[in-house]
Amino acid sequence: MSYTRDVGALARKDLLLELRARDTLPAMLIFVIATLVVFHFALPAGSSDLASNGLLWVAILFTALLGLGRSFVPEREGGVLDGLVLAPCDRSAIWLAKSLAVLTFLGLVELVALPAFAIFFSAVDGTTVAAVVLADLGICTVGTFLAAMASAGRARELLLPLLFLPLAIPIVVGGVGASVVANGGRYLVFLALYDAVFAIICWASFEYVVTE
Amino acid sequence: MSSGEKYVAAAYLVVLVGVLAYVLIIATKLARLEREVGELAELAKRRKAESRG
Amino acid sequence: MSSPNSRLPALAALALGLVAAATALVFFFAPLDADQGLSQKIFYFHVPIALTAYACFGWGAWKALLHLWKREPGADLESYVAIHQGVIFGALTLLTGSIWARASWGVWWTWSSNQLVLFLVLFLFYCAYFMLRFSVDPGPQRANFSAVYALFGVALIPVSFLAIRLASDFIHPTVFTSAGPQMSAKMFFTFCVCLAAMLSLAATLNAVELSGKRLDARLRELREALA
Repeated sequence: MSYTRDVGALARKDLLLELRARDTLPAMLIFVIATLVVFHFALPAGSSDLASNGLLWVAILFTALLGLGRSFVPEREGGVLDGLVLAPCDRSAIWLAKSLAVLTFLGLVELVALPAFAIFFSAVDGTTVAAVVLADLGICTVGTFLAAMASAGRARELLLPLLFLPLAIPIVVGGVGASVVANGGRYLVFLALYDAVFAIICWASFEYVVTE
Repeated sequence: MSSGEKYVAAAYLVVLVGVLAYVLIIATKLARLEREVGELAELAKRRKAESRG
Repeated sequence: MSSPNSRLPALAALALGLVAAATALVFFFAPLDADQGLSQKIFYFHVPIALTAYACFGWGAWKALLHLWKREPGADLESYVAIHQGVIFGALTLLTGSIWARASWGVWWTWSSNQLVLFLVLFLFYCAYFMLRFSVDPGPQRANFSAVYALFGVALIPVSFLAIRLASDFIHPTVFTSAGPQMSAKMFFTFCVCLAAMLSLAATLNAVELSGKRLDARLRELREALA
């Protein structure tokens, strides 16, 4: 019980911080809309809807990267992480809470981005929405984990995309598969599998990222 | 030489060059280690002379 | 730290003998493939090099696990050196695979060869490993980061394999299969010798690099003691 309370308290801290400072969410929103506009000009006339479906996933991935890159900035600037590690809570709660906060941001951005995509390009079906939800879980769990590592390095802004993109390729495969193939059920299963595998690894090994 | 022969030779060459490049890198590292050992030996000798004199 | 000095020459001799034997077998013993002809001979070391790269990544992840779990001293260095070998063999896999694609399908790169695509993904992943390792100062934190990332790697291999299989449904239907239809006994024997040769070569290079790295660390200790 205390684990969920710790996670809740930590996640609430991140959301409150964002409510006060408002520096991540607006940036992500503007970025995703701008990206969609860029895609309009990147797609030559006569390109199929399938191509724009693929680009939706690129937009989601890069918007998530933008948010993830900011996710550990307050901790680093305030030296909060050292304090959190000393606090009497399970270390994986730090990761889980941060993942939930990033997931909230990404979800809110997609509430705008998916309708915008439907207006600008092509309609979004139920399978795609399900795939987006599953992909968000994977992006946030793995991305938060890697962001915690990258924020300790010297070239942090450079490092996160390098670490994250190879790991995100399966997510893109699952997402694009679910949105372009007629019967996309097995891609959803694949995404769920990805989420489960990497969530377990992240949960089990986060302790080693914040302690020595 | 047929094109098949050329490609097989090229593939073998790539592997050979890869291994040789590795040897080259190890050799430069070894040269550095040798130099460092030399410096340390000099240092040790000087120490010994100082402690005597 | 057990002294690898007595084993290293024996390992090197084994690698030398096996590589020589493998090369001789490939060109003078293995029969010519009926379909692909001479270019099929690339297979005899392209595939063993790929399997050796997997073995290196696996060994690196195992050492990473030992580092995190048992806190084994030196496991971090061993993990790093094994992954370094894996990246070298991975690069060789990509190069020989590209030449093979050119020889048998007439293109330098084909997205329909799942193995090749998987290697490209892994290659990128492990290149990021080095970026991560060199952006953190040496110490326990760097060792932990490297170990955790190496463990991600072994999870990524099967997941990516599955992903690329699934992707070939909508990206490119798989037309070519990379292995020949059936290997004769002679071919299979040659292949096994080649695999043993590449594994022993990797083990030798691994041991050489490791002893160099250890020597380096010892010298630093000595310098500090003398200073």
